[in-house]
Amino acid sequence: MEDLTFRHTTLKRASGLKPTAIIGVVASGNLEVLVERVMPDAECLLEIRTAAEGFGDVWEAVVADFVERYSPGGLKFSINDGGARPDTVSLRLAQAARLMQEDDR
Amino acid sequence: MSVAHVDRQLPGETRAASSWYEASARERVRLLLDAGSFQEFIGPEARETSPHLRVFDLPEQFDDGIIVGCGKLDGSPVFVAAQEGRFMGGAFGEVHGAKLTGLLRAARDVKSAPVLLLLDTGGVRLQEANAGELAIAEIMRAVIEARSAGVKVIGLIGGRSGCYGGGGLIAGCCSALVVSEQGRIAVSGPEVIETNRGVEEFDSRDRALVWRTMGGKSRWLIGGADAFADDTVGDFRKAALKLLSSTADFGLDTLKAEQSRLEERLQSFGECPDALDIWRTEGVSDPRSIPALPADQFIALGDKIRRTSRDAR
Amino acid sequence: MTLDEILASLFPNGRDVKNQRGVLFGSGTLRSGEQALVIGVSDRTPLGVDEAARLSRYVLSSVESGKGPIVVVVDSDSQRMSKRDELLGLNEYLAHLAKCLLYADLNGRPTIGILYGHTAAGAFLATAMATRVLVGLPGADPVVMDLPSMSKVTKLSIEVLEAKAKSTPVFAPGLQNLSQMGAVHTVWDTSRPLVDQLEAVLRETTDARDRRDELGKQRGGRTKAADIAERVHDLALHTL
Repeated sequence: MEDLTFRHTTLKRASGLKPTAIIGVVASGNLEVLVERVMPDAECLLEIRTAAEGFGDVWEAVVADFVERYSPGGLKFSINDGGARPDTVSLRLAQAARLMQEDDR
Repeated sequence: MSVAHVDRQLPGETRAASSWYEASARERVRLLLDAGSFQEFIGPEARETSPHLRVFDLPEQFDDGIIVGCGKLDGSPVFVAAQEGRFMGGAFGEVHGAKLTGLLRAARDVKSAPVLLLLDTGGVRLQEANAGELAIAEIMRAVIEARSAGVKVIGLIGGRSGCYGGGGLIAGCCSALVVSEQGRIAVSGPEVIETNRGVEEFDSRDRALVWRTMGGKSRWLIGGADAFADDTVGDFRKAALKLLSSTADFGLDTLKAEQSRLEERLQSFGECPDALDIWRTEGVSDPRSIPALPADQFIALGDKIRRTSRDAR
Repeated sequence: MTLDEILASLFPNGRDVKNQRGVLFGSGTLRSGEQALVIGVSDRTPLGVDEAARLSRYVLSSVESGKGPIVVVVDSDSQRMSKRDELLGLNEYLAHLAKCLLYADLNGRPTIGILYGHTAAGAFLATAMATRVLVGLPGADPVVMDLPSMSKVTKLSIEVLEAKAKSTPVFAPGLQNLSQMGAVHTVWDTSRPLVDQLEAVLRETTDARDRRDELGKQRGGRTKAADIAERVHDLALHTL
């Protein structure tokens, strides 16, 4: 297992009211993303535990791309990864960010 | 504490038609219960993960592969637990099992709300085998304590991991079971039998053999499950509601009736070498047609030959 | 200790236990004169549909007409792994046996499991683990998952697994590990008469509450189970 942490400043706060959301399952080639609205408005944090070691560079790129597209200010993403491919990671992050944009219930 | 799910707002009809087999545990719970009614206990944000997986350098899941909580079904309060069959094969570990044990003990004390058990499991989680086995024993006891207090415990089985090992024993402790064709129920899985007894005893790669021996159709036909559902959330919901209103209380009479039906099964089918022979003995004129039969036709056929007294459990 | 020695030490005032192809049926006399029902599995016999149905029938007839504790002595294989047993619904037969024992225990017939040899998997759940109090005798070797099978699935060598087992009781076979988890309440001293120890257990466990998770916590084998179960229980009571 490998732990990775990425902290970014964001241009704006993520919209919506939802306090938390979860998406995905920890399985081979899949991952779960837990999102919580617990950060200052102009920051986001991603904490990753991955079964696939040595892919820090790939994660860094995927995360940077995600932050640029979604500007998820105020959100903390906690990720358990069963060795998902980068496109799956991007998809789950995007789904997670969209879930947080919904009204609470 | 509410946690949002993958919430594409589906129109009623699409929602009812969602595949049970394909859905995640969270989707099953959300679609099964009345919209927006589910409240989770110790959800993923609590991060109560398994303390044992890191010993094996394996990834954890925030909910340890099971969701427990309460909600409403057709307006009435229910407790619900759902296993995620894709995480570690839905297997029982220490935390996973303890969440279910706690829920069942609460149901026992509350008495007025039934429990829906969405089983999807390979059995004991290997990496924490002792804790998993013990959790299953505690769950079995808690199911019987709840049922003794008048609580109905309905098992719903139709997921990717089936219902194997100790999961099969928990299923056997429920008041009633809903099963779909995909819902395999057994103690020893196909690979376990083959590994221990050889391919001549059981060829685990023969999928047709696996389905007709352990699959939902055969289980329902011989009385191993009380209701057969098509592989949709809507069908599971309908069957669960029906069983909640029809299932009898638990007591010595239930156990005596079950003893009779199990002995009768040994007498009727004990010499049958294959499920096809059981179905033929049961009165199915063309047993080979059963696996391909659509759910509605299969249920119509089954209703003609099954005897309801076989469902005592 | 052999089975005969164990039964003689448990019931010095008299016993009548028959061994029918590895399945035990009978009774023993307690010092009070009260009869205890005795059932069990011996000679490392696998528990299949036929054996389970015979045992549950015996328990049920006693629940209907008898009284006194039920002693379950176990030296079994795992569940019988066969096409026939699974075809006939082995899960129902094993669950039914467990249910009969649990029902008896909850209705005035305290159940005591005595593990004196091997047992595993589904057979363990349907017999010894379905009792109120589980006692081990020295030398008993319960196995939930054997290390060679684990090695195959986890792709770790048996040496690596044995090394890991030294730091945690959670996965490796054995009486000691299962005691630490809270599954086995106590290990008896075979140099003393078993009847004294049986009667002590019957005196001490006066209600049917499941305390195995608390025991596992006290003994450091399961650090989370008891707390998680209690938290869910309390949340459920407050929420519904």
